[in-house]
Amino acid sequence: MTVDANIPAIITPDKFSMLDAVREWAARRAEPIVISVGAVVIGLGLFCLFILAVGKSPVMLFQLMYTGGFGSWFSLQNSLSRAAPLLLTALCVALPARLGLVIIGGEGAVVLGGVAAAAAALPIVGILPPLVVFAAMGIAAMTAGGAWIGLAGFLRHKRGVNETISSLLLAYIAIALMNQFVEGLLRDPASLNKPSTRPLPPDYMLGNIPGMDVHLGLVIGIVACLCTWILIEATSYGFAARIAGGNVRAAQIQGLPVGRLIVGFTAIAGAFAGLAGMIEVAAVQGSANASLAAGYGYTGILVAFLARHDPLAIIPVAILLGGIDASGGLIQRRMGLPDATVLVMQGTLFVVILFCETFYGRFKVFNPDLWKRTA
Amino acid sequence: MDETGVGLWGVPLAILAGAVRVSTPFIFVSLGETITERSGRINLGLEGTLVFGAMTAYAVAVISGSPWLGVLAAMCTGAVFGLVHGWICKWPKVNDIAIGIALMQFGLGLAFFLGKPYIQPAAPRLPSIPFGAWSQVPQIEAALNINVLFLIGAVLAAVLWWAFRNTRIGIVLRVVGDSTDAARAMGIDPDRVRLLATAVGGSLAAIGGAYLSLYYPGSWNEGISSGQGLMAVALVIFARWNPIGCFLAALLFGGAGALGPALQSVGVSQGYYLFYATPYVLTLIILIATSSPTRALAGAPGALSLTK
Repeated sequence: MTVDANIPAIITPDKFSMLDAVREWAARRAEPIVISVGAVVIGLGLFCLFILAVGKSPVMLFQLMYTGGFGSWFSLQNSLSRAAPLLLTALCVALPARLGLVIIGGEGAVVLGGVAAAAAALPIVGILPPLVVFAAMGIAAMTAGGAWIGLAGFLRHKRGVNETISSLLLAYIAIALMNQFVEGLLRDPASLNKPSTRPLPPDYMLGNIPGMDVHLGLVIGIVACLCTWILIEATSYGFAARIAGGNVRAAQIQGLPVGRLIVGFTAIAGAFAGLAGMIEVAAVQGSANASLAAGYGYTGILVAFLARHDPLAIIPVAILLGGIDASGGLIQRRMGLPDATVLVMQGTLFVVILFCETFYGRFKVFNPDLWKRTA
Repeated sequence: MDETGVGLWGVPLAILAGAVRVSTPFIFVSLGETITERSGRINLGLEGTLVFGAMTAYAVAVISGSPWLGVLAAMCTGAVFGLVHGWICKWPKVNDIAIGIALMQFGLGLAFFLGKPYIQPAAPRLPSIPFGAWSQVPQIEAALNINVLFLIGAVLAAVLWWAFRNTRIGIVLRVVGDSTDAARAMGIDPDRVRLLATAVGGSLAAIGGAYLSLYYPGSWNEGISSGQGLMAVALVIFARWNPIGCFLAALLFGGAGALGPALQSVGVSQGYYLFYATPYVLTLIILIATSSPTRALAGAPGALSLTK
């Protein structure tokens, strides 16, 4: 039988069996895992060569990275705390990616979310109970972040403005806005060297998860990931988004509301990133200040791509990167390496993992369509 | 007129001086990005290339004592970054925008890592030509003290503008950028052209970095670039992939960036931080005004993923 290479083989009923179905399912499931793990191994290998080239021991480095990130209950809790904003900023990239949009300006939504949360809290703090204040902060942060990234989506749909560039420009504009607010209108006169808004009283800070030294931001982040997963996998909106992401024209012909999907998904994505800003204010800093622009938005891009835009995969990847971040200080102290070591490692991993996208569909083991062709 | 100089005329003068001083990195990065994008590929990693170029130029200038050797070394590293980007992106299913972001992070990390020892020592500076020596007013003198790289950038913009239209290389580049298939039909290897275009783009971006560390602000530290490399991408769209347009757009950006400090120097300090956003707001407005949901941007290379 000759098979045209362009037409995927069709499963014929007489050859179909339960075992084949399981094998096919396993092969398709295994592909992303094997390729991702392989990419991480290659990336770490290259990074080892770099560490050897600067005359340090990669073994010691990885040991310290493990100790500093996951080696003890204390360091694990630290990693989990750092993972919280990454979960949310990664969603800001992963959700629009379903529609084929590349949003890289999540940092802007984080920053504005933080400022909005602080601005919403200040007039009511001490007057209303903490729960109400948290709700107000959350709503303000999500609105600000959602409007910011939603604007990029709106411009994309209405005017055809490239969302990658516009979200980036909006991020720079957001940082300027934050500086203006923090230095001007919202500035606490008592903050001298580091301009900040008035600090939240301790009982208005977002507390820890009971029994742990990890703030509640982690729970918010994980819940957000689960909600996004349900939205994408189990609702018709997620399904429609996937169609629109594959082919806008086809989606429009089917009568799918492409515009609403684009604006809605980018707005939700931005709302998540805004929430990351609120957590930074309510659980970590206690006020809005320049530390909000700490690069969570950019690390979130890495997390999302590493997780292949899968909301569930984002959870372990964010914890892993949170741990790597957390171990930076230890590496600096013990090995005398600059704090940028972690950045080099992240950059290497990022490049290799994106490069390994090219291997999808190339290995016969993972591709049931190819088995049948040779059979 | 007060004795310190030029009074309110100081504002336009300071903007002009700022435009000339601040625009040079923008000129080089955007010219580099224009070459890359004209070949049909986009390199968002130029921010990393720029910062790595700044570090290399500074380190080599400190060691060798010659700023020009520093610029040369920066160009070489920039070309290497471009080659890496170009090589990775020739593989199927690899997203050039994402690879750009990844290489940006890698370049920044590597520059901060290797550049740590060079934060303290002072490097020799790039020379500038005092066109304002005739004037008695210090502000005018300072404004017309123009760096050699700015002049080279201006000439380069004109040469590129001419070369895109009139040379074989320029036409090959445009064909590849407009249609991969048309290029193949003509017997041109699109991957090779894009590889070289990205390498040249990277080396130009690195010159922009060298200007930052060797002239203005003139030292190496981790905050040396405030997004000039990323802005170049927006700037190229703004300039419609036209080298002369890049030069003018870079001047406009430089001037817009100098607006805040210039106004502050005459006592206007309201909304000081918002003025930092001027170039970004400006770009966004122009993008909105010139984009269309139904057709590609005028002048955009057909094979460019960005404008599809």
